Amino acid sequence: MAQTNPKQADAAIGLEGGPAVAATRRAMLAEFWHYFRQNRGAVIGLFIFTTIVIIAILAPVLAPHSPSMQNRGALLVPPVWEAGGTWQYVLGTDAIGRDILSRLLYGARFSLFIGLVVVTLSVTVGVTIGVFAGYFRGVIDVAVMRLMDVILAFPSLLLALVLVAILGPGLMNAMIAIALVLQPHFVRLTRAAVMSEKGRDYVTAARVAGAGRFRLMFKTILPNCTAPLIVQATLSFSTAILDAAALGFLGMGAQPPTPEWGTMLAEAREFILRAWWVVTFPGLAILITVLAINLVGDGLRDALDPKLKRS
Amino acid sequence: MLRFLLFRLALLIPTFVGVSIVAFAFIRLLPGDPIMMLAGERGISAERYAELQAAYGFDRPIIVQYLDYLWGLLHGDLGTSVVTRRPVLDEFFTLFPATLELSLCAITLAVFLGVPLGVIAAVKRGSWVDQSIMGTALVGYSMPIFWWGLLLIILFSGILGWTPVSGRISLLYFFPPVTGFMLIDSLLSGQDGAFRSALSHLVLPSIVLATIPLAVIARQTRSAMLEVLGEDYVRTARSKGLPPARVIGLHALRNALIPVITTIGLQIGVLMAGAILTETIFSWPGIGKWMVDSVFKRDYAVVQGGLLLIAGIIMLVNLIVDVLYGLVNPRIRH
Repeated sequence: MAQTNPKQADAAIGLEGGPAVAATRRAMLAEFWHYFRQNRGAVIGLFIFTTIVIIAILAPVLAPHSPSMQNRGALLVPPVWEAGGTWQYVLGTDAIGRDILSRLLYGARFSLFIGLVVVTLSVTVGVTIGVFAGYFRGVIDVAVMRLMDVILAFPSLLLALVLVAILGPGLMNAMIAIALVLQPHFVRLTRAAVMSEKGRDYVTAARVAGAGRFRLMFKTILPNCTAPLIVQATLSFSTAILDAAALGFLGMGAQPPTPEWGTMLAEAREFILRAWWVVTFPGLAILITVLAINLVGDGLRDALDPKLKRS
Repeated sequence: MLRFLLFRLALLIPTFVGVSIVAFAFIRLLPGDPIMMLAGERGISAERYAELQAAYGFDRPIIVQYLDYLWGLLHGDLGTSVVTRRPVLDEFFTLFPATLELSLCAITLAVFLGVPLGVIAAVKRGSWVDQSIMGTALVGYSMPIFWWGLLLIILFSGILGWTPVSGRISLLYFFPPVTGFMLIDSLLSGQDGAFRSALSHLVLPSIVLATIPLAVIARQTRSAMLEVLGEDYVRTARSKGLPPARVIGLHALRNALIPVITTIGLQIGVLMAGAILTETIFSWPGIGKWMVDSVFKRDYAVVQGGLLLIAGIIMLVNLIVDVLYGLVNPRIRH
């Protein structure tokens, strides 16, 4: 039997390159944006999220003070609109005289960094395992899925807490622990999607045309499973920020004096009845960020779910 | 039905063995030597160290330790807390009612508010009522509950002075636990004001713990209702001239509740994770706080036993939910 070059085979069934494919991609993107735009909340969420990204990038320029600079002459100064507040510290200072606004601005960097690292780790590992389990089935599949069941049997925060206790408290270890706890969701989603796609005609066509196993798994099948994965990745981004903040709050995440929002809350706990602002603003920052991402997630789900699309 | 139940139970066994291996392995990986922790700052002689190692069985091969642990587990022995020297299972049963009471209050609050709100949002789809309910639900879903708890303390305990900051009941009252549920025990004690005190301690933690499940249940009920409201039998019921309340309450809601039951069941994991934070904030003496404290104190046996028991509870509740799902939805029974 004559061997066919996989490139030619893909070109023959319209899988790679060519201006036609580029045009299709553009059309798909335009269609996606059309549906995404209809969800007002999602657009607002995207706007807020973009603002937070810009704030995080420009933190050194925007912050009026250094996030770690202490001013012993200005301990627990209230926000500017309260009696005793000054324009020097717009959102007030904490118990050791650090500017809360500056710490919040720098904190945005940590939260986005956490989300990005956790999602990258859990998507990479989870999707790879899921593709293998869904494609090969058999013993690998059974073993992998039982292992995922075991991880999912524990409450995620508890498992992350114990993992961080093993690895040692700190931001990096907290991110690894959260990624490990979140990846079973990607394994399950990918596996299910791969299983349903594997029997389709285009996969058979690619196989007949001579595509190898890895090519079939990662270039032919995987791109057609991305819609639910994108939605899950968005939701995991917000879960990661929340869980990392929770670990920071419990003293197991980022360690002081890091201006991570959860850690800031932990430091502020003893002052809750004396200085409301040291508690309120970091939590508000977490809420706004997570809310914006969840709004985008809802919009993505609506735009990518063909069942919800009105023809 | 029995076969379905047995099959589901059989599926749990490998997962539970896996959970026990994970819990066992974790504890062996924790940094710090449990014997040195036990000895405290003064330290101990090498002979005493070896003696204690032998007494706790830490000198044997790891596989023997695991099998021994599994054997103990099957006989209800989860080890002894290194800190309090009490059996882990005893400690668990002392503290579990507190978590159970809090969780039951939270889930009741979540269901009795979440389901009606979801139904209203679905019926008034697209209106400002729907938008405000769903907007609030999304805020609840995105809420860092440890911060939410602190905010409620600032407002209700600090500014208004309505509720206490921590604990299960005021120190003024003391009575031996009968059921372990403070609300019931305080009533049984007959002491004046005890029930009121227990209730005021329970309100804020319940609200905090209910927040995320409430949001999830409201969102799920809305989407399940929307799906059902478009079905032919609902249209038929409407065109027959049945009053809207009957169509929604009887024909639509009963079918919409099927997926909602699964959602409620899945909230048990959320509740357990939430209990860790809620109990820490409100110094609630339940298993969530117990686990956090044990992690910090490196109380190996408690962390190991607690992980296993909590995972066991979650697996069991999920099984019950699956069975319930089969009961209310005959279509999937086989």
